[in-house]
Amino acid sequence: MDITVHERIRQDVADNPVVLYMKGSPVFPQCGFSAAVVQILSHLGVKFKGVDVLADPGIRQGIKEFSNWPTIPQLYVKGEFVGGCDIIREMYETGELQQILEQRGVPVRA
Amino acid sequence: MAMDAAMIERLIKEGLPDAQVTIEDLRGDGDHYAAHVVSGAFRGKTRVQQHQMVYQALRGRMGNELHALALQTGAPED
Repeated sequence: MDITVHERIRQDVADNPVVLYMKGSPVFPQCGFSAAVVQILSHLGVKFKGVDVLADPGIRQGIKEFSNWPTIPQLYVKGEFVGGCDIIREMYETGELQQILEQRGVPVRA
Repeated sequence: MAMDAAMIERLIKEGLPDAQVTIEDLRGDGDHYAAHVVSGAFRGKTRVQQHQMVYQALRGRMGNELHALALQTGAPED
């Protein structure tokens, strides 16, 4: 793996409590799966950094290797990969997502 | 690029021989599937790990010729 890309990802997920690797931006998602996760995070009032992988082919490939996960979007909370669209949706529905966000000190709207 | 449901099922079962696999072609276009996979190998694994095991069975196809596969995984109930 490209060591610089790897380092940038490590830095990003270390510096920001919640990072979403996605297609498009939080305001203009360019894929339905990315849009679904943005919607969940917005609904929970969670502040997050969106990283548009379409704007950076290095990150687009690198994040898949970094997390050993083949698809976008990917959600990181406090440096740890939590899941892609299906998992986030499932966790949101069961309330687990809200729980792990709060456990890790990320404010969630009640 | 499309991939047929039987091929997805075969690959998953090659990787996870005890798996019960149900596949649904969501739009009838051979490109958007939902798969429900139940396997004893998932016991004690997180959801992320379970999905990673399925992706591994698909040997690099996920995210390439297989564009959309909504996954639901779990261990069999005793």
